[in-house]
Amino acid sequence: MKNHGNTKNLFAATELINKKLRAQRIVKWIFGLMSVAILIPLVGLTTCLIIRAWPSLTWDFLTDVPKQGMRSGGIWSALVGTMYTVTFSLLVAVPVGVMAGIYLNEYARDNWFTRIVNLAVVNLAGVPSIVHALFGLGAFVVFAGLGKSILSASLTLAIMTLPVIIVSTKEALLAVPLTFRMACWNLGASRWQTIRTIVLPNSIGGILTGIILQVCRAAGETAPIMFTGAVFYKAVQRGDLFPYKPTEQFMALSYHLHTISTQVPGVPESMLYATAVVLLGFVLAFNTIAIVLRTRIRNRKKW
Amino acid sequence: MCALRGPVCSFLTRLRRILRIVSERTIVSLIFLCGVSAVIFVFGIFFFVFREGAPFLRHGFDAKEFFLSPDWYPTSATNKRYGILAQLIGTGTVTLVAMLVAVPFSLGAGIFIAEFCGKKTREIMKILIELLAAIPSVVWGFIGLMVMNPLIIWLTGAPIGLNVLNAGVIVGLMSVPIIVTIAEDAIRAVPDTYIEAAEALGATRWQLVRKVILPAAKSGLLAAVLLGVGRAVGETMAVLMCTGHSINIPFDGKAPFFHVLDSVRTLTATIAAEMGEAPRLEVNADGTFPAEALHYQSLFVIGIVLFAVTFVINVTADLIVKGIRKRK
Repeated sequence: MKNHGNTKNLFAATELINKKLRAQRIVKWIFGLMSVAILIPLVGLTTCLIIRAWPSLTWDFLTDVPKQGMRSGGIWSALVGTMYTVTFSLLVAVPVGVMAGIYLNEYARDNWFTRIVNLAVVNLAGVPSIVHALFGLGAFVVFAGLGKSILSASLTLAIMTLPVIIVSTKEALLAVPLTFRMACWNLGASRWQTIRTIVLPNSIGGILTGIILQVCRAAGETAPIMFTGAVFYKAVQRGDLFPYKPTEQFMALSYHLHTISTQVPGVPESMLYATAVVLLGFVLAFNTIAIVLRTRIRNRKKW
Repeated sequence: MCALRGPVCSFLTRLRRILRIVSERTIVSLIFLCGVSAVIFVFGIFFFVFREGAPFLRHGFDAKEFFLSPDWYPTSATNKRYGILAQLIGTGTVTLVAMLVAVPFSLGAGIFIAEFCGKKTREIMKILIELLAAIPSVVWGFIGLMVMNPLIIWLTGAPIGLNVLNAGVIVGLMSVPIIVTIAEDAIRAVPDTYIEAAEALGATRWQLVRKVILPAAKSGLLAAVLLGVGRAVGETMAVLMCTGHSINIPFDGKAPFFHVLDSVRTLTATIAAEMGEAPRLEVNADGTFPAEALHYQSLFVIGIVLFAVTFVINVTADLIVKGIRKRK
């Protein structure tokens, strides 16, 4: 018995150990609080916006067009405009982005050229949105002669959001084990046949996640569409699903939020907040879908 | 019958094989083309922004005046002046305040997520940070305008709440996600052997972080901060709505020297606000441009400056990150 107690004593915490454990606990709390502090704005601001927007958040607000110089009515014209630009930019960005991802993961060798391509992808993601806007203005509106239109704005958005799709496609393809490909090659399939029948079906979920994230980016961006096609006001019928031609200028939700909150005096406050909440809700909802999708894929993985 | 069918059959098979090879080649070249599209677009961005701004650089461009004069009067009838010093300082001060807000919190959060919390907490934190990153910049600008603005007036008694502090806090919050993500990656990239060695010596988590992980992940954390700076410099809508948008240098000779409650204007906001009113005018018959055309072109030159700054920042950060991966 006595012996036992001695052993216990030998391993008892000394003053030094207590001290360093205490330091560790304090530090853990500090870092934990810091992490919570950066997340408070997300929760706090979202709640705050929703509460203040509540009186205006009705079905009518979504489906009605702006009236009386934006001071009443809804946001239908802007909502449809955003859907247009998002759809058109998807049509361009998805094929190009997915194929670029395939190239970088399946075909590119590890050499200086591939490094330059990767660097270009990083840079494309890092170029400020306003510079993308200048590019869209110089290239599509002026040089290509598309004018200020849905097409110019969508192409600008597509190029801007391309890195999102490229990077997530690359990651999705990377997650498919090399053994799958080897098995297919051994059956005599070519590289492209392997990609089409084995690699793509096994990574479609990850690619889809990237596409959803692209939708979020494209819907939220304001600067790139400011000079390439978005306008202050455009007359649209209530509930009209096809109010714009691709060569016309349009209203967009993000730009609409900017104009009514900075350039139109006398807009009811709850309408401003409601516009912000619709945009924020759209983006966060799509992002959540992407996250859920990704988690489910990760859990269901067969290999 | 066999004699009849044989050649036709083999011809068809061969045709099919040729078709397959041709279509496969087409697809592969298409994939290659898309693969290099990123390079083409980056060059395209530089080319087209430069193309629109070039006349300004050719006709009477004075680098000294452009960068060192705070006089920005592009629409003055008699004496047009193009100096972007005030905007440069505006961008610099907003970025500085943003980093003062974002860096300590982001690094703290990065360390916490990587080293101090359990797997479940980490997943939740990462999801929330991803959602934070998803908030559009115009919504951040709106928050600065409607929430931060009255808050700053109430707290400090400043006459107007749209200033360096407001924009700095907003842009700081916007750059938090990228700093946290890259910092966490850098910390997790520290080789396990380092950590095992420290743990074997009886180090607590905090000693481990302070003495082993932080020194080892130093350059990765630097890359994280650099990318945060890049994000802050390029931010447009939020600073357009939150800085107050007045040409002003928030420094003077009297203490406290740096006035965080002054309104400023940034490079990005200048482009965003003025491009709508700057007309694109065609060149005259004698090869010169009308004086009014310079405004439009000067905005593109600001675009070139922004492109160059973010290009350097991104390439540097990328090289640092790549260096870490290779060592690992």
